[in-house]
Amino acid sequence: MSDVIEDSRFCRSGGDKIMFSDAVVEAINQVRQKYPDSQGAVLPSLHIIQKAYGHLSYEAMRFVSQHLRVPESDVFGTATFYSLYRWKSAGKHQIQICHNLSCSLLGAESLIKHLEQKLGVCEGQVTKDGRFSFIRMECIGRCDGAPAMLIDDDYHGELTPQKIDEVLKKYE
Amino acid sequence: MEKMLLKRVDIPNANDIDVALKHGAYGALSAAFGMRPVDVVNEVKRATLRGRGGAGFPTGLKWELCARVPGSLKYLLCNADEGEPGTIKDRFILHQDPHLLIEGMVISGYAIGAERGYIYLRYEYPKAIGILEKAIEQAYAKGYLGKNILGKGVNFDLSVHRGAGAYICGEETALIESLEGKRGQPRIRPPFPASQGAWRKPTVINNVETLSNIPFIIGMGGDAYAKIGAETAPGPKIYGVSGHVNKPGVYELPMGTTLREIIYTHCGGIKGGKKLKAVIPGGASTPILTESHLDVKMDFNSLVAAGSMLGSGAVMVMDETVDMVNVAYVLVRFFAHESCGKCTPCREGTAWLYQVYTRLMHGEGKEGDIDLLLYICETVKGKCFCPLGEGAIQPVLSSIKHFRADYEARIKSGVVSH
Ligand SMILES: Cc1cc2nc3c(=O)[nH]c(=O)nc-3n(C[C@H](O)[C@H](O)[C@H](O)COP(=O)(O)O)c2cc1C
Repeated sequence: MSDVIEDSRFCRSGGDKIMFSDAVVEAINQVRQKYPDSQGAVLPSLHIIQKAYGHLSYEAMRFVSQHLRVPESDVFGTATFYSLYRWKSAGKHQIQICHNLSCSLLGAESLIKHLEQKLGVCEGQVTKDGRFSFIRMECIGRCDGAPAMLIDDDYHGELTPQKIDEVLKKYE
Repeated sequence: MEKMLLKRVDIPNANDIDVALKHGAYGALSAAFGMRPVDVVNEVKRATLRGRGGAGFPTGLKWELCARVPGSLKYLLCNADEGEPGTIKDRFILHQDPHLLIEGMVISGYAIGAERGYIYLRYEYPKAIGILEKAIEQAYAKGYLGKNILGKGVNFDLSVHRGAGAYICGEETALIESLEGKRGQPRIRPPFPASQGAWRKPTVINNVETLSNIPFIIGMGGDAYAKIGAETAPGPKIYGVSGHVNKPGVYELPMGTTLREIIYTHCGGIKGGKKLKAVIPGGASTPILTESHLDVKMDFNSLVAAGSMLGSGAVMVMDETVDMVNVAYVLVRFFAHESCGKCTPCREGTAWLYQVYTRLMHGEGKEGDIDLLLYICETVKGKCFCPLGEGAIQPVLSSIKHFRADYEARIKSGVVSH
């Protein structure tokens, strides 16, 4: 990425304007209204793009920089700081399984092994059919239902290998 | 004690404004607006409410500092990052009674002179975002948010800002940076947020549970509130319990309830009738306690006297089968992952600790590793930019202090786990 960093450290620099869909642009313009300056809208803008396209990219960061008139270096710094921005596609369904203490006390590690075997992938990889990917999480705040995981936006708790198998069937 | 904070949480659909209104939501607003802002602050001071986010700072004092700063543009931020491992309490309010939080925020904003609020919500609560946004929309539609609330000339706007997976953003100055669209790294203090916070304007940051207490303090008066629970930190407290107990969950009890009562009376004791080995009383960064500490009162001062902290009130219970090296490994891995990288002692210290623990877990522990761990902790202790590093060494120090035998056995036997 060094070439790009060189030619456009700031949003005013030349180069092609990157286009994103009208819906994405509109959503970003809306969210911009919530903040006293445009930099405030950086995190939500990145969320909007990740949701629409599945992951972030250099183009996404550059677009946010240009659109919000925030230096590219700042957008870059922000986007790369947080662990839940993605740089490649997740599966159609993203499994987020917790391995922090409460879940670990109740068997999270063996469940993760089970998932690896069942899906035939390691953490961060997508299954061949594209249906699933999984990542380990640091506490998803479901300790009362440990061991727990999120699939997309839904919680599943008190997991056992059998329960995981049952749950996965529901996701096409 | 009759439930206060979790009262509506048990009522189906209480996150809908019509249901919430039937059960008393927004009832304290008109009483609060009938008082001068300074009197609202004084009421909270009389209640001697201490923050529920972890540090236990007196809420009234924090508000007073901000309210006194001249200028009309101020911010009220709600800390809904709930990232401390083991912590589940705020989720119940966010999911099931968001109107309690919104009511608390409107009153708090009025007290400190802020007309703009944000709820900083962790990304890992995907259900909460929709619920909160709907609740906020409903509150606007009914005139509890926006301009001229209740026709009393009070204005308050509110929206939700989602994090993106970073524990450090629960630290209040990192939270502000993240709200402003930056990397979530803490700021130097002073200036304190009360004088220069979000966008360099006077700002108050309070935890979800703290803000949810405000309507009750206004409703019953600070003096009556101060009679609940511990004298040094009164009020109801939501304890979130997980690990090896029969009934994990949230329990709203008077502040200062003993650990024994929480575990054995409310949570039905240890799973499978086993014995208790260790308990973390307030989330990952609070020192581990043992069976001999069970009679400690779960309030700020009593836990400090017992060598730990109340933190977020997240109780994690471990039975006799648990290997404490394993526990410390899991927690150290967490802190190493979450260290923001700004200061060297925390960034390097957590990484080194993680390396040593990884070796121990692989059955490659060496003679002298315990001393090495203690030495690394010494290089972190008191030397970090923010409290994250200090928190990271607590599981190490306390597990070695109370369960040194677990370390010695593992080094000797070379057992491999994971
Ligand atoms: C590393 C770190 C993480 C924190 N995480 C949280 C959190 O998730 N939620 C929270 O309310 N406070 C958290 N805090 C405490 C906040 O910095 C702050 O003290 C608190 O939000 C103030 O609110 P209160 O006075 O109502 O407790 C954290 C502090 C540190 C150092």
